[in-house]
Amino acid sequence: MTAIAPGTIPRSSPRGSAARARLLRSLLPALSLALVLIAIAWLNPRAISYFGFSLMLNLAIPIALATIAQMFVIAGNELDLSIGTFVGFVGCVTATWLKDAPLLGVIVLLGSIGVYALLGALIHLRNLPSIVVTLGMSFVWQGLAILVLPKPGGKAPDWLLALMSFKPPFIPFPIIAALVIAAVVHFGLMRTSYGVILRGSGGNPAALRRAGWSLLRTKIVLFALTGLFGVLSGMALIGITTSADANIGNGYTLLAIAGVILGGGEFVGGRVSPIGAVLGALTLALAASPLLTFMHIPPDWQVAANGAILIIVLAARVLISRRER
Amino acid sequence: MTLVKSLAAKPWIWSFLGALLVWLATISFTGGYGGGGMVTAALSLAVFTVIVGVGQMFVITLGPGNVDLSLPANIGLASAVAMKVMGGSDSMIVVGLLAALACGAAIGAVNYLLIWALRIPPIIATLSASFIIQSIDISYGRGLQIKPPPGFADFANWQILGIPVLAILTVLFTIAAAIALQRMIYGRSVLAIGQNIRAAWLAGVNVGRIRFLTYTLSGALGGIDGALLAGYFRGANVDIGNEYLLASIAVVVIGGTSVAGGKANVPGVWGAALFLVLLLTMLNTFGVSAGVRLLLTGLIIVGVITVAGGEKAIR
Amino acid sequence: MLKANTDIIRLNGAEKHFGAVRALNGVDFHVVTGECVGLVGHNGAGKSTLMHMVAGTLRPDGGEIAVRGNAEIDYSVARALKLGIRCVFQELSLCPNLSIAENTRINHPALTGLGWRRKAASLIAAKLDEIFPDHGISADDIAGDLSIGRRQMVEVARAFTVTRDPLDLVILDEPTSSLDAHTAGQLLAFVRRFVAAGGSCILISHVLGEVLQNADRIVVMRDGKVVATDAAKAFDRDRLVATMGGAEAREKIAAEIAAARPADSPVRVRARPARQEDGKELVARAGEIIGLAGLAGHGQTDLLLAIFAAATRRKPGIEVTAPVALVAGDRQSDGIFAQWSISENIGIRSLAQLRKGLLISPQREAALAEFWKQKIGIRTPDMTNNIFSLSGGNQQKALFARALGSDAQIVLMDDPMRGVDIGTKLEVYDLVREEAAKGRTFLWYTTETEELDNCDHVHVFKNGRIVANLTRDELTEEKIIQSSFGDAA
Repeated sequence: MTAIAPGTIPRSSPRGSAARARLLRSLLPALSLALVLIAIAWLNPRAISYFGFSLMLNLAIPIALATIAQMFVIAGNELDLSIGTFVGFVGCVTATWLKDAPLLGVIVLLGSIGVYALLGALIHLRNLPSIVVTLGMSFVWQGLAILVLPKPGGKAPDWLLALMSFKPPFIPFPIIAALVIAAVVHFGLMRTSYGVILRGSGGNPAALRRAGWSLLRTKIVLFALTGLFGVLSGMALIGITTSADANIGNGYTLLAIAGVILGGGEFVGGRVSPIGAVLGALTLALAASPLLTFMHIPPDWQVAANGAILIIVLAARVLISRRER
Repeated sequence: MTLVKSLAAKPWIWSFLGALLVWLATISFTGGYGGGGMVTAALSLAVFTVIVGVGQMFVITLGPGNVDLSLPANIGLASAVAMKVMGGSDSMIVVGLLAALACGAAIGAVNYLLIWALRIPPIIATLSASFIIQSIDISYGRGLQIKPPPGFADFANWQILGIPVLAILTVLFTIAAAIALQRMIYGRSVLAIGQNIRAAWLAGVNVGRIRFLTYTLSGALGGIDGALLAGYFRGANVDIGNEYLLASIAVVVIGGTSVAGGKANVPGVWGAALFLVLLLTMLNTFGVSAGVRLLLTGLIIVGVITVAGGEKAIR
Repeated sequence: MLKANTDIIRLNGAEKHFGAVRALNGVDFHVVTGECVGLVGHNGAGKSTLMHMVAGTLRPDGGEIAVRGNAEIDYSVARALKLGIRCVFQELSLCPNLSIAENTRINHPALTGLGWRRKAASLIAAKLDEIFPDHGISADDIAGDLSIGRRQMVEVARAFTVTRDPLDLVILDEPTSSLDAHTAGQLLAFVRRFVAAGGSCILISHVLGEVLQNADRIVVMRDGKVVATDAAKAFDRDRLVATMGGAEAREKIAAEIAAARPADSPVRVRARPARQEDGKELVARAGEIIGLAGLAGHGQTDLLLAIFAAATRRKPGIEVTAPVALVAGDRQSDGIFAQWSISENIGIRSLAQLRKGLLISPQREAALAEFWKQKIGIRTPDMTNNIFSLSGGNQQKALFARALGSDAQIVLMDDPMRGVDIGTKLEVYDLVREEAAKGRTFLWYTTETEELDNCDHVHVFKNGRIVANLTRDELTEEKIIQSSFGDAA
């Protein structure tokens, strides 16, 4: 996640090995993705084509966006267990109000980002455990989703449908979208001067406070970004599925956490990687259904595959850091 | 007066007060009709939340980050295992219960193994485990429509003078849990770890063993709960445990156990479970929709944690 | 004082309480332009608390703060930075997940816009080159990958970088604690250049020689008060040590120590630090008190923890033959259970002995607590009160009671007298010697040299290794400092 600048030769051995371990770990997401791709190519060579990728990565964009959303809270040492139902809620709003009454839809979606910002403030000011707060919020979003759209249905706005079914030449749209998402968030979080402050708030909050920064503000910004990317994820999802259902996003909470961890992120210490998170999301999207279908594994085991991938990657990570010790 | 004061100082009193208020609101709505039956029904349903809630309470008391997210999947699988082992025959009830217990305990032990071996936060460990358990359950329980043995179903629904026998047994169990918490080495160790894991290790507490026991205990309680649920509802299914993820955590938090760890409250689990069950009954009586019900449940949990929160270890 | 107009900062009657502990008790303190003030005192004398106030990270409970003669009502870190006052804290303030350049950015709100990374990198690199010419640190290095010494170098260099805000006063709190003699020399030489150029500096150090040689004026603190202020030239080591206090303790100990001790008692602990390359090892016999000395953070605590762990699980290079208990120095993070009563805090190490059948007996627990209340003199009306109702010294006594009331024959002490008043110290010294005479073994890490007078043997640590083994007769402060700074082979 933190690429070593070319030409800097590590001078001392402990630092060199720490940097090597980090490099190896930062390659892990790309390696897992490559492994899944090789397996697919071997099982079904025809899948490796423009059409094949468009199909297989169909749902990768909303998953990647939800993963990025989760990554922002994790960067601040928190966790969002409500992102899945939030995506579902956004989906319901997108398929109803955003189409029928665009202004109302936009206001509601912006308002929901505001709710996220408020949650960040609440968690910081009252020193609350984010797990419990967001677990409660997951019910709130689900309840609101059912109120907005009691029965599966609705329809995505036409412009959104057009956007999500865009077919660029040579490279399938999901791949371009993933590249854009990764690049934009990488620049914002890893390269800008305020991105440093956001990551620092997860790395050593006390030091940040001593340097005169407001931890309340960093928490609000991180949660608002989570809300923003949650909104984008829900909209992208509806653009693909064309209609909504209050339960449509429920699986995303776990997928998003798994994607961040798969992408080299850690739960504490502000160590996250936007590029890794997008790679992790793509890996999960590919591994969850296309790979299993090609391997003739019944869909019953799809969920287990996600769990197993997570465990395997975490085990690989432990092995790397043990060996380097 | 002093009695009132000392009661008000107990954090669990609020959950019981809340339950009472909700009950009064409901019977005033129905004009006093069905008040007794409501209590009976609430007790029967609260039992299942209390059993997993106590397990979750011990886990949460281990300190920040400790939580068992595998309970719903665990309950689902154990209920299927119990029904299959019992196979509808009264003679196999005890064996089936033991099988469910063993299944749950094994899940808990695997949870801790993942936490320990992969050095990952309990949230992610129990989450990945629950993915796998869920798949096993779907695959194993497919088309499984085995009814519980009649004797077991009768036992799970048995009442004496309007009081469910299961509730009486669960009260005895919670009393035992409270004693274990305050007066046994195990409970003291859990409380010590929850307050300060490093200090606990340096004070000679066997941190690894206590954490292992706690996750195993939570798993085992989930297993028993699955079997009892299948008996009570006369059949197992994959989704039978779904609502217990939030419920188990909610009763712990509402019941006055500190999410920061090191401070547990057993009576509060009962009060909070009754409160939640009665709240649902009330909302159903008022005829609100599913959406409003979910919305209110969520808001109440956020509200309670906001009021109760803000007390992390003094440092 | 007529020089008020040249003051950078002035505190009048500053007070601070932490619960029952009075950390600062009406302190007057000031720094003028172009001077280096040395601040000395034992651990817990209030130096760090005072510096937190100067840096704006702690608000005083009473007293006034004025910067350049203007009273500051709403003094804060942000305000201090704006006024050119900065602090290098004792606990490291780098974000381990960020690079050195990014860590520099955190202290400079002005480093924004295009090219900020390049600016930050050249800023810190230039300052590192200036202070530590052969530092070997790259601005792209991740802070968490650096050794603790290099991290300290970065942190010091970062404090002297300038962008928008002025730089007038830098507080250096034990800036050389993790540096070797060479880099420490480079740093102190830079500080003198900085002061000569008109900057001001507050230097806190346990190495009295550093303070005597580099400060213009020395302020001595003791028990939350300033007890002496004078030009550095007016002090020598003996006067400084005498002013800091503890000398009376020293005489008392010397008078009471019984020299005779059986040499052939059984070995209780035999341990070699993980980084030890020569054959030196620590051997402790029954009835012995073994001291672990050297600068803070040079592997003493690590060895104690390794011995503690080896008591339950076999470890290579460490042999432990009896139950072990540990008395923590950092009470809050390693010792106290905040939600428990005093007696619960004492009983936790002895739960198995407190049982009656399966259950812990409240009577036995109370009896144990009452016994130690009398024996060690814990000042409280009721042992069932919360542990935080006690003062810091009495909390520490409760931790001693926890260890001494247990079945442990080996007691490890991790600098347990930090921030404890002199009266408590003397009581505990007596108790430790009494328990040793009964056959208990003590391994005692301390940063306060006079406590080592209690020990039969003292091992001096440097960079995670034992570099000297001194008997009581050979023990002098010079010898310990010499070994602490000498080259570790």
